[in-house]
Amino acid sequence: MQKLIRIVVFLTIAGLASAQTPLGLPEVPVPADNTQTPEKIALGSRLFNDVRFSATGDVSCATCHAADKVFTDSPLSVSEGINKLTGTRNAPTVVNAAFNKTQFWDGRSPSLEDQALHPFLNPVEMALPSHEPILATIRGDVAYVKAFRDVFDVRPRNITMKEVTMAIAAFERNQISGDSPFDRWYFGGEQNAISEQAKRGFAAFLGNGRCISCHTVEQDHALFTDHLFHNIGVGINDIQDKVPDLARAFQVAKNQGVDVDVAVLGDADTSHLGRFAVDDQFSSMGAFKTSTLRNIAVTAPYMHDGSLATLREVVDHYNNGGVTNPDDPVNPFLSGGIRPLKLTEQEIDDLVLFMEALTSPQFQLLAPASEAQASTMGGGQ
Amino acid sequence: MTALINSRRNFLKTSVSGVIAGMLPVSLVRLSSAAGGEPDFTFAYISDAHIQHIRGSQFVRNWDRGLIRAVAEANLLEPKPDFVVFGGDLAQLGTKAELDHGAEILSGLDYKSHIVMGEHDYYLDLGKYWSDLYGDHYYSWDHKGVHFITLNSILTYDDWTFNRWESDERRMNEMAGLDNPNGSPFMVGETQMKWLRDDLRKVDKDTPIVVFSHSPLQKIYKGWNFWTEEAEDIQALLKPFDTVNVIYGHVHQIQYNQIENIAFTSVMSTAWPWPYPESYAQADSHLPILTVPMNRADPFNERDATGWQFMNLHTGRVDLEFNLYNNSNRTVAFNAAKGHPEDVSFTDPGNRKPSQRHY
Repeated sequence: MQKLIRIVVFLTIAGLASAQTPLGLPEVPVPADNTQTPEKIALGSRLFNDVRFSATGDVSCATCHAADKVFTDSPLSVSEGINKLTGTRNAPTVVNAAFNKTQFWDGRSPSLEDQALHPFLNPVEMALPSHEPILATIRGDVAYVKAFRDVFDVRPRNITMKEVTMAIAAFERNQISGDSPFDRWYFGGEQNAISEQAKRGFAAFLGNGRCISCHTVEQDHALFTDHLFHNIGVGINDIQDKVPDLARAFQVAKNQGVDVDVAVLGDADTSHLGRFAVDDQFSSMGAFKTSTLRNIAVTAPYMHDGSLATLREVVDHYNNGGVTNPDDPVNPFLSGGIRPLKLTEQEIDDLVLFMEALTSPQFQLLAPASEAQASTMGGGQ
Repeated sequence: MTALINSRRNFLKTSVSGVIAGMLPVSLVRLSSAAGGEPDFTFAYISDAHIQHIRGSQFVRNWDRGLIRAVAEANLLEPKPDFVVFGGDLAQLGTKAELDHGAEILSGLDYKSHIVMGEHDYYLDLGKYWSDLYGDHYYSWDHKGVHFITLNSILTYDDWTFNRWESDERRMNEMAGLDNPNGSPFMVGETQMKWLRDDLRKVDKDTPIVVFSHSPLQKIYKGWNFWTEEAEDIQALLKPFDTVNVIYGHVHQIQYNQIENIAFTSVMSTAWPWPYPESYAQADSHLPILTVPMNRADPFNERDATGWQFMNLHTGRVDLEFNLYNNSNRTVAFNAAKGHPEDVSFTDPGNRKPSQRHY
């Protein structure tokens, strides 16, 4: 019965949303208990941008997820919180995060609603001692009080983080983008939407590059992620000798109740343990979530630690079989699918151009010159 | 597999408490300071690495990575296992290059190790170079009240070994083949049978016994040498003892069985998986019914359906935790009530996943 209700709700939402679903994307999954309304999204937007929700009063969600940077803090490799304190992870874009099955690079949060709770308290992000100051600020702000009453039918003293995070999640769920040149070509049938070279790049993406195995493309949409976690030899390669000690120390700390969110953002070496820190699985050692490739050309740098500056460096890393420099040692926990690819220089160039064709029109101005030009020219070559 | 302190303890708790009704869950503390009697302990088991030389300094990368990964993961176990067993087939074609390369990877283990002979290690030079690395082909030792025996169970008839082949390479290749009419069944041989009889004579009947062999000491399928020719004789020698466990490699899949007092359990390969032969033959087979099939093998994922395992030895019975990449880990533990090992999660048909079919 519950399943039936869920299906009905989903169909209703799908019916409402289908008109504006961008090309290349599936329907946005919306939880039945947090439906989208324009008022809720507007409230979420204000909360997302409110710098008062930080210990120093100058950091908001938007500090690291800036709308004019495709909701990242590009070109920073790792994010900066209060007092210029740095974390250990590259800010993932909020755009299309609605489709993620888990949030954060290591998937330690199950939903957008839950995710929004953590940066407020992390000592290197917004560093509040608790969520209480946020609720106090909201209750003392006439506009917030009215908005929460309108959206959630709740009196000021009854506002909790549940409503706060629901509004933020609704705003984030509204940040979706498809309609890229690739979408127009592959799903829209527009032959000239991308260049011949980008099409060759897609062939390499499916073939010799083996990219498709994790960055999935479906028949009628593409999220370019399998939502899984893989050790691809980034970060962990640099701490190979320390893994046994680090893993043991972390497990002891976790057993004693240390906050995983604080631990992984507070120490770069611990951060490189990746998904292992969350699920204790050997097979998750040094593994991170497959990120989407949408708008990838405008969200440099790359990987969980922002350690690769360009898409070409990323392809080189994979081409080397999971090491950035060909002579570096491969880490013992490397995912089975990662192996030397023997791509030609031409294939590497093609792959980069293909990824540049994944930029949605609203972010096209930020795109590197080459593909922006191809797009203006209608992609003919 | 879940690792280290947090989840390892959970394994010990679930596997033991789930199996022996009324017995206190074994905890970390209990493991390290058991009062009275012999303490439970754990050991890790890695098997069938099949390190394969291509040319020069090149080896098959996939097989290398499987063994490297198992060694690195075993080193993360907490509490530390008392030792590690390697279950045979370190090499693919028994060459010095392969054995050296495999031995180098195995030397990364932080623990004392015991090595079992596999046919892929043996039939090129009849175990000569292997002996230089690891010593005796069969031996026994005692550890915390348990008598351990390592057998070389991949010998065969002398005529086949010594008189039939024009070269050592040919002999190795013939024994490596499956469903090979030129093949020959695995044996322990008369000399070793006598040694085993003498060895067991010195052991009390209530001492738990664990036997490591490469081939199953039971007859499953002759065409793939899932077989030991003197299985019945060996079982008869083991029969007088209260508690006997046989752990074997070679089959690259999870099998378990009980024959009277002997609990048999196979271990996984770090190199590649084997289903039952019928999956490949696509024809009727007369094998025992595979009651709990492995949900296996994503052709993309090179580690899929491979793995390694660690074992908890309690009251003389072995519980195995299988670390399976890209798959659900499995625990095969001795069910004292039923008197045989069983898969803790998947014996119940309601918990099984439908088998994938790839044709």
